[in-house]
Amino acid sequence: MAVTGAVMVLFLVLHMLGNLKIFLGKDSFNEYAHALRTLLEPLLPYRTVLTVLEVVLVASVVLHMWAAISLSRRAGKARPVKYVAKKSQAAGYTTHIMRWGGVTIALFVVWHLLDLTFGVVNPKGFDSAPADRMIAGFEPSRWWVTLIYIVAVVMVGLHLRHGVWSAVQTLGWANSTRNKVLRLSAGLLSAVLVIGFLAPPLAITFGVVK
Amino acid sequence: MNLTLKVWRQSGPSDKGRMVTYKVEDVSPDMSFLEMLDVLNERLILEGDDPIAFDHDCREGICGMCGMVINGVAHGEQRATTTCQLHMRHFEDGATITIEPWRAAPFPVVKDLVVDRSAFDRIIQAGGFVSVPAGSAPDAHSIPVRKEDADAAFDAATCIGCGACVAACPNGSASLFTAAKITHLSLLPQGQPERLSRAKAMVDQMDAEGFGGCTNTGECTAVCPKGIPLDAIARMNADYLKANAK
Repeated sequence: MAVTGAVMVLFLVLHMLGNLKIFLGKDSFNEYAHALRTLLEPLLPYRTVLTVLEVVLVASVVLHMWAAISLSRRAGKARPVKYVAKKSQAAGYTTHIMRWGGVTIALFVVWHLLDLTFGVVNPKGFDSAPADRMIAGFEPSRWWVTLIYIVAVVMVGLHLRHGVWSAVQTLGWANSTRNKVLRLSAGLLSAVLVIGFLAPPLAITFGVVK
Repeated sequence: MNLTLKVWRQSGPSDKGRMVTYKVEDVSPDMSFLEMLDVLNERLILEGDDPIAFDHDCREGICGMCGMVINGVAHGEQRATTTCQLHMRHFEDGATITIEPWRAAPFPVVKDLVVDRSAFDRIIQAGGFVSVPAGSAPDAHSIPVRKEDADAAFDAATCIGCGACVAACPNGSASLFTAAKITHLSLLPQGQPERLSRAKAMVDQMDAEGFGGCTNTGECTAVCPKGIPLDAIARMNADYLKANAK
């Protein structure tokens, strides 16, 4: 969970920085998208680096889900008889939404790829420029798409608020003296990602970026 | 105080079990939770009923025998307190209290609120010891130990093995218990030679017993009567990872 999660968090940071290029203009965004595909060319063929990254990401997603499902199955087996009354004593609500939050995020990723990567549910379709797909996808009349993104991104933020610290704990680097800083960093990183990911769609929906 | 208790009754390991409601009257607020159950049991015996079976021994909060899930919380809502040290003054007159045994597949119910915690013994047997002739207590300064390490080792060693961590964990994990036992030895010089093999053996035994995996929810440390911190689990994870990397 920890290692695959870390891979995905690194991806999210890069993804967010890429998204923010829309504020530098459509051309900047399109050039960035093109650069991702031509990275290390002509040393390597077109789209090599990106394909490798995609394989690593898909593997991380699959392993992350496999780990989550096996943990959840073990938990079910370890407590065959449920409590009549059970009250949580640990601080924070984020730990309670990890599993369903993960499912929500997985469903969103499917929609997200259909929308902006493959253009299936995007008004501009697959053959358009990335920036056009992005702007058409979040135009004011498609406010409900923006709403889906808000829900999903907030879910990612909550997932990471527990997830980032949890990964550090799982790898054995956490302790009481570091925990304050670690938990604060996890919260800060989550907040930065949520703001960074929500800024472009909101700016487009409200007509700031056209 | 007058109370309504909803207690898990199960005549034996093969019985399905059910919640049974009892009224208890004239409970003194100064009674411990176990004394309140003693009063109910005396009445049940006089009425010819089977008394409620529950584990208890020292009734001083140091032996680790007692433990039940009270209103959905292992050892009740009073923090850092065993069931025997929980007093009735923390409950309101007229309250309804649900009482259940620890719930975990590796802790099968023996009877009513008594569960079999031998799984913990087998985890200790897998590596919770030092293979050196320890003899009698050594002189205090014969082997130097950093004050911080001594304190942390002692804190971990206060684990009484009651099993509340397992009971509270949504995954039914025994990580806090196992980690406390690993930490208490791994911080001291005597525990160093077997540090990694111990972590591996104990964690593997914990998994073999059928406990769930840790997802760092922190429910365990919140109910632990000794307040064992999650640090112990991080330390166990680090040692376990190192042991597997070798």
